[in-house]
Amino acid sequence: MAAAAEKGVVLLDFWVSPFGQRCRIALAEKGVEYEYKEENLSDKSPLLLKMNPVHKKIPVLIHHGKPICESLIIVQYIEEVWSHNPLLPSNPYERAKARFWADFVDKKVAECGTRLWKLKGEAQEEAKKDMIEILKLLEGELGDKKYFGGEKTFGFVDVALAPFTAWFYTYETCGKFSIENECPKLAAWAKRCKERKTVSESLHDPHKVYEYVGKLKKKYGVE
Amino acid sequence: MADKVVLLSSWASVFGLRVQIALAEKEVDYEFREEDLFDKSSLLLESNPVHKKVPVLIHNGKPVCESSVIIQYIDEVWTKGPSLLPKDPLQRANARFWTDFIGKTIYPCGSKIWRNKGDAQVQAAAKKELIGILKQLEGELGERPFFGGETLGYVDIALVPFSRWFYTYETFGRFSIEKECPKLMAWVRRCNDRESVSKVLPDPHKVYQRNCGLKKRLGLE
Repeated sequence: MAAAAEKGVVLLDFWVSPFGQRCRIALAEKGVEYEYKEENLSDKSPLLLKMNPVHKKIPVLIHHGKPICESLIIVQYIEEVWSHNPLLPSNPYERAKARFWADFVDKKVAECGTRLWKLKGEAQEEAKKDMIEILKLLEGELGDKKYFGGEKTFGFVDVALAPFTAWFYTYETCGKFSIENECPKLAAWAKRCKERKTVSESLHDPHKVYEYVGKLKKKYGVE
Repeated sequence: MADKVVLLSSWASVFGLRVQIALAEKEVDYEFREEDLFDKSSLLLESNPVHKKVPVLIHNGKPVCESSVIIQYIDEVWTKGPSLLPKDPLQRANARFWTDFIGKTIYPCGSKIWRNKGDAQVQAAAKKELIGILKQLEGELGERPFFGGETLGYVDIALVPFSRWFYTYETFGRFSIEKECPKLMAWVRRCNDRESVSKVLPDPHKVYQRNCGLKKRLGLE
């Protein structure tokens, strides 16, 4: 098993992780072949613990035996090693904007989403308000473009956010709101992402995600 | 047309200081505008409507926000000076990883130490955590003079401003970082030998005074 990790590209991941999915989408966009290894997060492999001793988390990309950790860092690594079909623009200011919004997605969406499904009452209401605000800000940045990367480019920010579209159903059901109503342009963007093979093949059915969250809720005693 | 570069920041902001060091390394002329974080300027609120935070770099009227994004921008625009990030993608990923680690860990942990309001257990745990973080960084540095290798790089720039907050953490937490992490303190001294660092970073005692005042103002005494 360790020998296989010495060659080529290996991705240590967990099926429903939106962070892992970012890496899968990026690798698919670049047409890179890789070996996918599913991790059991309650029983992490020695390989994962060796490759990410600091955080002990997935995803981890292993390239020629060397690990790269943190999903957006992995995506930038993929971008720099396989430089065809660029995910980032060539202009430094546009690159800075893309990095800024990917960082925004990173800091805000998952944390707020977790509050939305984990909490109840007033705290959940607040999470819902926050989520709508976050999505509206992203919608503002998208504007009338086909993708965040532009008319033709499925870019860095698209890769950062697309996996969370599989969680929209969960957020809507837990928070009792409709993303289509609140952010129609973003909902349309989510539909366009689903039509992209690299995305549809990397994400899971939103109902499966909801089912998984249901199991987590039971585990944390949230009902 | 000459470049117009403005930096909106605060003199004690570790994130703003990173940008100042990066600009100094690249010998970029800029105008520094001190922000009162309790009374933010309309320029700051317009330039960073999403987070409303410093630092913001405004280059020919266009704002760039988030210190790690700003530093990468500086590295890509001003290419004549030394490279702040390595050229090799794996080394770049490594540099980004440790900068991300520093950004996520030291500030919140340090805050738990100095902003603590009489909870000895929380403070003790935060102290232990901070020492652990600094030891991890010491391990990553190894025998190299800088995280960037022979010269100051992205990770060095991300970390060194925190060194002027060490006195604050040590005084509130009652411990010595020199004792716990001597190799890291040796690295701090090497960084201070560089003009881009020594001319930019504030006096640790001034930082401490500022934090004492802030604690009072926030009712955390």
